[in-house]
Amino acid sequence: MSVISYRQALHDALRGEMLRDDDVFLIGEEIGLFEGSYKITAGMLAEFGPKRVRDTPIAEEGFTGAAIGAAMLGLRPVVEIMTINFSLLALDQIVNHAAKIYGMFGGQARVPLVIRTPGGGGQQLGATHSQNIELYYAFVPGMKVVAPSSPADAKALMLAAIRDDDPVLVLENLALYNTTGEVPDHDEPAEIGRAAVTRQGADITVVAYSRMAAVALQVAARLEEEEGIDVEVIDLRSLRPLDRDTIVASVRKTNCAVVLEDDWLTYGIGAEIAATISDGAFDWLDAPVRRVAMAEVPLPYAKPLETAALPSAADAITAIRETLDAVARRRPS
Amino acid sequence: MLLAFYRQMVLVRRFEERAARAYTEAKIGGYCHLNLGEEATVAGLMAALEPSDYVFTNYREHGYALARGIAPERVMAELYGRTDGVSRGWGGSMHMFDVASRFMGGYGIVGGQVPLATGAALAIDYRGGAEAVVCLMGDGTTNIGAFHESLNIAALWELPIVYVVVNNGLGMGTPVERSSAEPELHKRASAYRMASARVDGNDPVAVFDAARVALDSARAGRPYLLETVSGRLKGHSVVDPARYRSRAEAEALQAADPVAAYAVRLHEQGVLTDDLIAGIDAEATAIVAAAARFADESPHPEVATLFDYTYATSVPNDSRRLPGEALFA
Amino acid sequence: MIDILMPRLSDTMTEGAISTWHKKPGDRVSPGDVLVDIETDKALMEYEAYEAGTLAEILIPEGRNAPIGAPIARLDDGSDDIRPERIAATPLVRRLARERGIDLAAVAGSGPGGRIIRADLETSREPAREKPVTVPARPDQREPRSVPFDPIRQAVAARLTESGTTVPTFTATASADVEDLLALRAQINEAHADTGVKVSVNDLLVRAVALALRAHPGVNASYSPEGRGHTLIHRRIHVGIAVASPAGLVVPVVRDADRATVTAISTAARDLAGRAADRTLTAADMSDGTFTVSNLGMYGVEHFTAIINPPQGAILAVGAARPEPTRRRLRYTITADHRIIDGALAARFLATLTGLLEHPLRVVA
Repeated sequence: MSVISYRQALHDALRGEMLRDDDVFLIGEEIGLFEGSYKITAGMLAEFGPKRVRDTPIAEEGFTGAAIGAAMLGLRPVVEIMTINFSLLALDQIVNHAAKIYGMFGGQARVPLVIRTPGGGGQQLGATHSQNIELYYAFVPGMKVVAPSSPADAKALMLAAIRDDDPVLVLENLALYNTTGEVPDHDEPAEIGRAAVTRQGADITVVAYSRMAAVALQVAARLEEEEGIDVEVIDLRSLRPLDRDTIVASVRKTNCAVVLEDDWLTYGIGAEIAATISDGAFDWLDAPVRRVAMAEVPLPYAKPLETAALPSAADAITAIRETLDAVARRRPS
Repeated sequence: MLLAFYRQMVLVRRFEERAARAYTEAKIGGYCHLNLGEEATVAGLMAALEPSDYVFTNYREHGYALARGIAPERVMAELYGRTDGVSRGWGGSMHMFDVASRFMGGYGIVGGQVPLATGAALAIDYRGGAEAVVCLMGDGTTNIGAFHESLNIAALWELPIVYVVVNNGLGMGTPVERSSAEPELHKRASAYRMASARVDGNDPVAVFDAARVALDSARAGRPYLLETVSGRLKGHSVVDPARYRSRAEAEALQAADPVAAYAVRLHEQGVLTDDLIAGIDAEATAIVAAAARFADESPHPEVATLFDYTYATSVPNDSRRLPGEALFA
Repeated sequence: MIDILMPRLSDTMTEGAISTWHKKPGDRVSPGDVLVDIETDKALMEYEAYEAGTLAEILIPEGRNAPIGAPIARLDDGSDDIRPERIAATPLVRRLARERGIDLAAVAGSGPGGRIIRADLETSREPAREKPVTVPARPDQREPRSVPFDPIRQAVAARLTESGTTVPTFTATASADVEDLLALRAQINEAHADTGVKVSVNDLLVRAVALALRAHPGVNASYSPEGRGHTLIHRRIHVGIAVASPAGLVVPVVRDADRATVTAISTAARDLAGRAADRTLTAADMSDGTFTVSNLGMYGVEHFTAIINPPQGAILAVGAARPEPTRRRLRYTITADHRIIDGALAARFLATLTGLLEHPLRVVA
């Protein structure tokens, strides 16, 4: 066990898989000479050479599609798309091809592809560079989408994604790259499709993923300390497949839930979580499911506007308090 | 070889005619794009490939699947949506795939196959193999971004791939001259310093020879753009009456019918006789009739298999349910 | 909604002044509760409520005057509500109330907008027990053992009270020679000996009743008080069968009995009876009946009358087949809602039914 950053955990997972399996290679913009926009692939070109760390032209559709074609022939490409915003340029290749090829051809060709790409706002990058559009991919049967919130999961989910025989989008997060945590030294992959109860609690269930799952843990610790509220935190880890059973089991225990998400509210991931709770825990609910999400605007550049638009720990605390008030379960502080 | 081309062309012709009939009989659903008028290109091009080469096509691909050696029964059964179809009934007319013959799929999205084929060439290069990839597309595809991104990548990385533009003069109903600023489509390769050529797509021998040159170039790490020029005898798909074409244009196309023209040529060369023509035709008709019979008798896929091909791996917590079923009991 | 008017509390008063309101909007009001103190020209008088309800609105505040007959407040007596107001309660509360037999109407909600939350159930239980119980002056010499109604008994009691007190009924009795019917039944069961199908007299009866209803749609009807009154003649014929179950009287329904074969009716009836015994009948199984057959023949009862199962228009009470003197006859009595079914119609229905039972091939063919 070592304490390392989320960035280092991703790097370690990639490097470990490159060493383990010659069919694994990296492809994307500025990943070699430039060592990656966010330096996940630092040192890789020098170690593995240009064949396995392949810099591409600025052509997301072209190189993502090429990676899919290479995967069809059995290689295990790991595509870096600089941020998830640019994945829109490759949308046809991901949605119409990577996700469909196995089914559309009756199970004859697998696509063991990884697309790793960071989402997240808060860096004053403006409307087109700050989106959380993982939903577009989580919507599509045939795709898998994982979203690690901790360094340990960043490594374990990346290992799982590379070893998976289906296309997996690994959602990283700009705000998490520098966060640190304990990471096992061994190379044990996570199981894609299993959520984690990252904190046991009795009073309320908080469901989140990626950055907001980390925020949820901070909020839970604070509410415990200051108000004695016992929050259960579920980190989805995988958006598709979605671990509905873990969510439902938790809400059947706590009888209320709040969803924290970095994407937009309307039609967002939280809507699916709320619907899942309605399906599986309707008769156990003591309050409506609340969602905390990004304001429904293109994310502005100016700092006060950007801060106001992003969901925060304070927003999460308000929603948790209001939900607990609605079921008279908040002890007077 | 000359005779083999002819047999192949007649088989494709009879097969497509039978497919059109089956479509009108509602045995075939969805879209159905035929290779009528493209038979010479099909025969010449596919004969130039090695068995280990990979083929990617667009959605007008029945003939290429046949010429790649896939049994006509399995191609027809796919059109009928049956379990014995090449894609188990999951793909239909536009999405034929056969891993054994390295027929890597027909693709319904214009241009969708071009990056994929480029990636297959990348995989060959990665592993140091001697195979090549042939990526077929229509004339309209040359205006798609993915085409240009892919040609650039293939040229940069010196990939073993031949891009074949089947120029039949029309993207659906739009003439090439009205959609492409440079209507001599093979010239587009020059933007990527890629070798290219244009060949008469109605002449199987010319197509074969040009394809051999292109494949040799590709195998040597010089990707290639080959443009074949032919006509589309019928509409864009079975249901298109092609009213945008004048009667004179249609008649000119029929007069230049590549199958008939090639038969005349072989007859003049003494390779074909009247008896041989009749025999080849009867043989193709019988093969196609047997394929249709096989397809009709092949079982429909079981509804129980609905969820079998969404993922290659088993997926925990997957909601394998039909519309209207409760998620939680 | 009832207007509470300024009362005349002295012979000389023309107007009164509101001194103190003892109830505020939202409070429950029972007859006899002091509503308000009113100062007249002579004295300070208490004014009591005559009607029960909830004080909806105070129109004249304290310290203000109003003439006699002027509205001073509004009392919501529920008369404006066509349907009972939906109680706001969380799904969890509804489930717990179901499981514990709690009437949510009696629970005050403390959640947002008065929503009942689980905490309200926990706190409401204790006070309920503390309520003073009137102790009889001397022990009841009958030494009763009190058996609380379960939900089915509650429903039966409410429905039959409604039926017995609000529906004007008449009864009419007829009988049929069922020797041939019984012989046919034996034949059918013999023919089905290897399939396990066993048709009962009641199955044949349900089928015959359904056919008779088809011939006399006016009997397959319900009374509706809408407007000046309507007869709702039902196009579908769903025959309820009264069944004594461990939970009490239940009436599962054989749907479209006129379109089902006798063996299909038999299978459906057997399934419903089985599930009545297992207490697994659903609300849907017991809904939408248009007519009921109640058969006490298996208990040897010769003749009885039944109470209509509202909103149905009629019910048929069937006794046991008895030799009279050598051939067996079956007696049955219709109880009909006289608002929509006349005696002559009931008689014609019975005549059709008798004809069917005496020519049993018509029942099965």
